[in-house]
This record gives sequence, structure tokens and C-alpha cells, in this order.
Amino acid sequence: MSCLQTIQDYGLRAVGIGERLLPRDNFTLCEQFTLIGSGMIWNIYFGLFALCMGFFLATALALGKASPRALLRIPAEWFIFLFRGSPLFIQFFFGYFLFLNLKSVSPFFDPFTAAWLGALVVLFCNTAAYSAEIFYGALLSIPKGDIEAADAYGMSGWGRFKRVIWPTMLRLAWPAYTNEAIFLFHATALVFFSGFPAWQQRGDALYYANYFADKTFNPFVPYPILALYFILLTLAVVGVFGLVNARLNRHLPQDKRRKIRLRPNLIR
Amino acid sequence: MFSFCTDPSTLPDWQWMACYLTTGKHMSIYYSVFTVLLLLAITAPTALAFGFGGASAARSDIAPLRWFGKSYIALVRGVPDIAIFLFFVIALDQGIEYLRHKLLCPDWSEPIRQGNDFVVCQAAKMPLGNAPQWVHESYGFAVAVLTFSIVFGAFAGNVLFGAMRAVPRAQLETAEAYGMSRRQTFWRVLVPQMWVYALPGLSNLWMVLIKSTPLLFLLGVEDIVYWARELGGTKTPRFTDYPHGDWRMWYFLALLVFYLAFTRVSEVVLARVMARLTRGQATAGGEAQRKATA
Repeated sequence: MSCLQTIQDYGLRAVGIGERLLPRDNFTLCEQFTLIGSGMIWNIYFGLFALCMGFFLATALALGKASPRALLRIPAEWFIFLFRGSPLFIQFFFGYFLFLNLKSVSPFFDPFTAAWLGALVVLFCNTAAYSAEIFYGALLSIPKGDIEAADAYGMSGWGRFKRVIWPTMLRLAWPAYTNEAIFLFHATALVFFSGFPAWQQRGDALYYANYFADKTFNPFVPYPILALYFILLTLAVVGVFGLVNARLNRHLPQDKRRKIRLRPNLIR
Repeated sequence: MFSFCTDPSTLPDWQWMACYLTTGKHMSIYYSVFTVLLLLAITAPTALAFGFGGASAARSDIAPLRWFGKSYIALVRGVPDIAIFLFFVIALDQGIEYLRHKLLCPDWSEPIRQGNDFVVCQAAKMPLGNAPQWVHESYGFAVAVLTFSIVFGAFAGNVLFGAMRAVPRAQLETAEAYGMSRRQTFWRVLVPQMWVYALPGLSNLWMVLIKSTPLLFLLGVEDIVYWARELGGTKTPRFTDYPHGDWRMWYFLALLVFYLAFTRVSEVVLARVMARLTRGQATAGGEAQRKATA
């Protein structure tokens, strides 16, 4: 079987297109590359959607935490503490069992027990909490002069938020937010390792890498392949976020722009 | 455990609960809480030592040592999260067995890697097949500690390397002006001052370390998550005196509370340590403390 044939058979297996059965023996390098790469579709899906939706909740939570009103502040503080203070691993387990129990209450919750939605909800809440903390920090470090200037121009309320506070907050938070995005993509590897079962062996990249490592007793091939894919993904994230960073800082002189410094973290 | 536990079916609710929570299996979950705490207690200083070594090596004047320190920090940090945990343990295990195999069975003629199988002689197995249970458990625990230390050591190394560079250059120049040697400057001026710059990063790392303990079971140690899944699962009268439905949610709720409480306590303690370290430092925080007392 040629490598092209393998890619045709297994390239989209993780989303259910192509060959149903996984290879059982005589694993070729091509099969490992193809299947682990096919699993990456899930990692990208989870990361992308959780990040895009989490962004809005994070902004809301950050504003809530900075709010002087206790009614807004306390729920936001608790949400952030809850999701930052507990391991993502436990959150996945917990989310799965919660949705499993809710399923018996109403058929509305049926899709939540599947990874594509349930895990996405957990990741969404998790990344929102982490990003909210970053945004909150940025909100507090907005230069006093900027807000005074906005006041002096007679801006207030929504207009001041949209034109001054929000862009400045994003600009200040962006380097840290880039790191958060990278961790989030790394954290997607936990989805099929905890709570959410992989239906018909359609798992993410780590699921397949682990499958190969288990079958061949040789960790030195699948895990480096996985690492390679993740490094490529990380580079892509850094590239995209770098473009946004340049756009956010376009009004500043070249040397005053905040550089994105990569500080890869570990497990959340 | 208690004397009234002989016939569970006749007990009132609270006594049933008391008996249920003190069964032999439940003792294992309490025991595994200690395992987790012990792992954290051993790993934190070990990782700090690894990190300190890595950071000092990365600052060294001797080029190979500097390359070693920098590449250790960069390599381990660059590879994504739990892949390291899955990879490290097998690699470490096979590495140890390979070395023992080379030492103990020199006249072994077959190749070690036969296709997909990793074959070493019986005497090289680690731990030996006939070793008692506690040897297996402590070997697994030691491997887990080493893995955690190597991984977190790289992160700590990065933090400490940054902190060492953050110490104001003027302080070191003053030390040199007083005629201190490089070694004296390092130990008497640089190291005592660097902690305040390192602490935010290190406390972050500590939080991450706490939250990575559920991954212990990947390293073959039976941890709290393992037991929560095991004990919370549906129990029927056929297999146990204490039948119950699916209680995993309650067990995970308990774990959630455990981790949240641990995080909160850590936050409070770290805030105190930070306040202590800031005292007398030439930073904004130290300045604020000086003004507050004056």
C-alpha cells in the first residue's frame, strides 16, 4: 500500500471519513504520520472554537471582576477561581458526569455527552477564566492618562469603552493572551484522555499517538511525531497572533510596541 | 472499621455512611491523598534544585555547560504538555532497563529491539518480576518524582534564569567594586536578591504543579483520580456489602473541593512569602512597604 493510498484512507478518519478499521500490525511511518495528523483536526477544532467563543466571555468576566458592583464582581471572581483553581483534568471528568446526569433529565442534553460539544463547553469555560484573569490584569494597568484624555474629550460609557478602554486592554494583554492560546491548544490533548470517550476510535492526535505507542511498545516514533505537529501548530498560532499584535499596536512607534514573548506553560 | 459494621444492611443512614467511608478501599484513597502530597513535597525542592542547576549552567562561562543548560531548558519547555508525561516514563523505564541489560547480561546475543518488541533479559527487568509489591510501588513513585522534577525543573530553570538577569546590574558591579570574586558575587549578592524576582514565576509553577497531579495515574501511580473513578462507579450487592448507584460525581466534587482549597491555601501562603521577600528590596513593592511602616 503506497503512502498516498494511506493518506486517502486515513487522512480524515478522525472525523469519520474513510477507512473504519485502524491498522493492527506492521505499522508504517506513513500510517503514523497520517493518523496522528488526522487526529490534529480535533485539536484544532477544540482550540479554535473554544478560543473564539471564550474571548467574549473572558471580556465580560474581566469587566465583571473589575466592576465596583458586588452583584457583578462576586460571580465573576468565583467563576475565575473555580476554573483556574481546579485541574482541567478534573473539569473534564466532572463535565462529562454532569452532562451524563443531565441527559436523563431532558433529551436536550444528549449532544453534550459527546466530546464535540461537551468538551468544547468545558474548554470554553476554562479558557474564558484564564483569559479573563489576563484581561483583568490588563484592565488595571491601562495608563491613567488614556482614560483621563477620553474623559476630557467628553467620552463616556459605551463609547469610551469601545474606543479607548477595550483596545488598550487588548493591546496590553495580547502577549500574555498569545501564550494562553498556545496552552489552550496543548490542553486540547486532554479531551480524550479524560471523561469523554472516543466514539468509534475517532480521537485526537494524542489518542492515536498513544494507540501506536501501546501497540508497538515504542514511544520514540509516535510521540516525536505528535510533538512535531504541536510545534507546527504553535508556530501557526504565534504567526496569527503576531499579525493581530502588529495591528493592535500600529499607532505606536516601532520601539514602544510590546513584543510577544513565549512562555510555554505546562498543564493547566 | 467500626464495631457496628458487621452487617451493613441493617444500619441507619449515618452509620452506614461511616462504615462505607472507612472500608479498606477507602483507606487506599486517603492513602493516595498522602501520596499526592508527598509527591508535591518531594518534587518541589527537587525541581527547584534542577532548575537552579539549569539556570546556573545556562549562565556559566564554560561554553559546553552553558549549551547544556540552555538546551535542557529549551528542549523540555518546547514539547507540549502531557505528551512529555506519556513519553518520559516509557523512555526512562526502557533506558534504565537497557543500561541494566548491558551491565548484567553481557553475553546476550539477540537484539534488544525485535521489530515492535522491547526485549531485555529477566535479570535486567526493573523492578525484578519477583520483587514484593511495595518495591513496585516505590519504583513507580520514584519514576514519577523524577519525571515531574525533570519537567518542572526546566520551567523553574527558565524562571530562575530570568530572575538572575533581573537583579540590577549595579548591585553586582558594587560587589565587584568591593573586590568580591565571581563565586562570592553569585552566592552573596545575586542569589539572595533573585528570589523576589523569581517568586511570581515560581508560584505560578507551583499552581501548575498542583494541578498536574491528576496526571500521576498516567505514570502508573494510583492517585486520587484513579480511586475516585474506581470507588464512585456503580456498586451492586453481588460484589460488595455496600451497594450504591453511580457516585462518581460526588467523588469528583470532593476532588474539586480538595484542589480548590489547596489552591486557596497556596495563594495565601505565597502572598505572605512574597511580602517577606519584598522587605528591604529596591523594588516598588519594597518601597511601598517602607512607606507603610514609616
